[in-house]
Amino acid sequence: MHDKAEGSILYLDGVSVSFDGFRALNNLSLILQKGELRTIIGPNGAGKTTMMDVITGKTKPDHGDVLFDGQVDLRKLDETRIANLGIGRKFQKPTVFEHLTVFENLELALKGERGVWKTLFFTLPSADRDRIEATITRIGLTGKGAMRAGALSHGQKQWLEIGMLLMQEPAVMLLDEPVAGMTDHETEQTADLILDINRDRSVVVVEHDMEFVRRLGAKVTVLAEGSVLAEGSLDVVQNDQRVIEVYLGR
Amino acid sequence: MGPITSRLMALESRRGWPVFLALTAVAAVLIPVLHVAVPATSLFHVPDYMLSLLGKYLCYALLALAMDLVWGYAGALSLGHGAFFSLGGYCMGMYLMRQIGGRGVYGNAELPDFMVFLNWKELPWYWWGFDNPVFAMIMIAAVPGVLAFVIGWFAFRSRITGVYFSIITQAMTYALMLAFFRNEMGFGGNNGLTDFKDILGHPMQAQGTRVGLYVASALLLAVAYLLCRFIVTSKLGRVLMAIRDAESRVRFLGYDVTAAKLFVFTVSAILAGVAGALYVPQVGIINPSEFSPANSIEVAIWVAVGGRGTLVGAIIGAFAVNGAKTWLTGAMPEVWLFALGGLFIVVTLFMPKGLLGLAGQIRTRIREGAPVARKHNA
Repeated sequence: MHDKAEGSILYLDGVSVSFDGFRALNNLSLILQKGELRTIIGPNGAGKTTMMDVITGKTKPDHGDVLFDGQVDLRKLDETRIANLGIGRKFQKPTVFEHLTVFENLELALKGERGVWKTLFFTLPSADRDRIEATITRIGLTGKGAMRAGALSHGQKQWLEIGMLLMQEPAVMLLDEPVAGMTDHETEQTADLILDINRDRSVVVVEHDMEFVRRLGAKVTVLAEGSVLAEGSLDVVQNDQRVIEVYLGR
Repeated sequence: MGPITSRLMALESRRGWPVFLALTAVAAVLIPVLHVAVPATSLFHVPDYMLSLLGKYLCYALLALAMDLVWGYAGALSLGHGAFFSLGGYCMGMYLMRQIGGRGVYGNAELPDFMVFLNWKELPWYWWGFDNPVFAMIMIAAVPGVLAFVIGWFAFRSRITGVYFSIITQAMTYALMLAFFRNEMGFGGNNGLTDFKDILGHPMQAQGTRVGLYVASALLLAVAYLLCRFIVTSKLGRVLMAIRDAESRVRFLGYDVTAAKLFVFTVSAILAGVAGALYVPQVGIINPSEFSPANSIEVAIWVAVGGRGTLVGAIIGAFAVNGAKTWLTGAMPEVWLFALGGLFIVVTLFMPKGLLGLAGQIRTRIREGAPVARKHNA
């Protein structure tokens, strides 16, 4: 039944979601291979965020299949279980824990025991402490470990959130508009960071910034009105007549 | 040093430990000594009424501490903590009623006076076992704990947060108040439980008993404070603060938000129950008015005034607001409720971090404000 799902890390087939009669996703199908980097573009309301909600268990689809690693049915699991399976998500609006420090934010994200008793008696092994410090450097926040996350700039919060995803060591990272509100220089740094991350894991990036999408140089999926409109390299989709219509209006 | 030892050492900062130990010594040793050993004519004598007042405040402080754990750290504003306090109090009251034995007005060794009055023939099943102090102690923790677990399980699992959670807990304490007012419930109805004679074999009115209850309250508050510190300084504590700041984000990190909240809500309810159990023998009565919604709201005000999310602030708030209440209800009784309402508004508008935060604000003002002022003068 799911032959096409073999070798994929994420497999969506015929997924539909309606909210009060509005079809947010309409027979959406998308396959992400292991180790792949994919960018997803599309006008507002195309269903990009809803698609991420479906993958991470926040929204249950009305129809269709959602598989992780070619076999795990994500429709049956809640957010917590899905996160622990190895799917990490960065939200459109950067959501870090403002009252905790940069270090503590990363410590919470660190892969490991999540139970109440285990966390109550948890002490951080020094190897993990080193890993957190290394991640702080990797996301460009060197020396800011003891700073409260709420005091970071918008771009730094985006990086911290990517760092938190790294600590979770997910097989797939879903990044919703990771460069929104960043300067050109920060955008470049973020692109390099994502390409670096992609060497170890699959990444899905939703983004509006075409310069950034070009820099990532990955396969592009165009969503419109809840389904896939076009797929291919950025040059191919940019010259696709239907894509131009959707973006420029008719 | 093992990991647990170093965790215990880290419960307080280097400067915090001496302050904690000094305050505990004052509350649990110095004040009782001033009460017992210093002659009544001396300026330093702590009179009877003062000791019992402080004992009451210590119980309120423990209740406030419990409230801060769940509100200040996990962000769940419970407006039903008065119910857990009262249930702990009723469990203690039931034990104390059973200790009266045949010394009641009706001289019935088998039944408490109010049951004889209502023509009851035998002890209801839910009073069984309360003759035994160990059983009563278990129930003091178990009854509020189980209730909190059940209410919390339904509320947190259904992701009921914010004001809806407050309303549910408020409704819970209101429903319990109405239930306990009914004579048929078998808890003394309107009058509640009172006329206690002795506790653990010691007469209630004896000085030694009252000092013992006071010291127990002080020590339990100190232990509960350390327990709460252990929770909030743990990784679980940081998970709770993260839940307070961005609950759904914590889910996407793979934490079981329901379990974490359920744990802390249950621990908090048990602490509130213990506070109620210490309170009842010191005031000599427990009745359904303790369940009244206003009581639970007042607890939230204590914590807000002291500074939520600090634990210390909750204790300061409980003492400050209740001190003001004792003074105002004596000096100008009609003003008290307006003062309480006004206090809540002032704190919410101008002191979001309470008295503790105010101290910090003033300190930064002095440090940063001074050069600016000088510039203006020049």
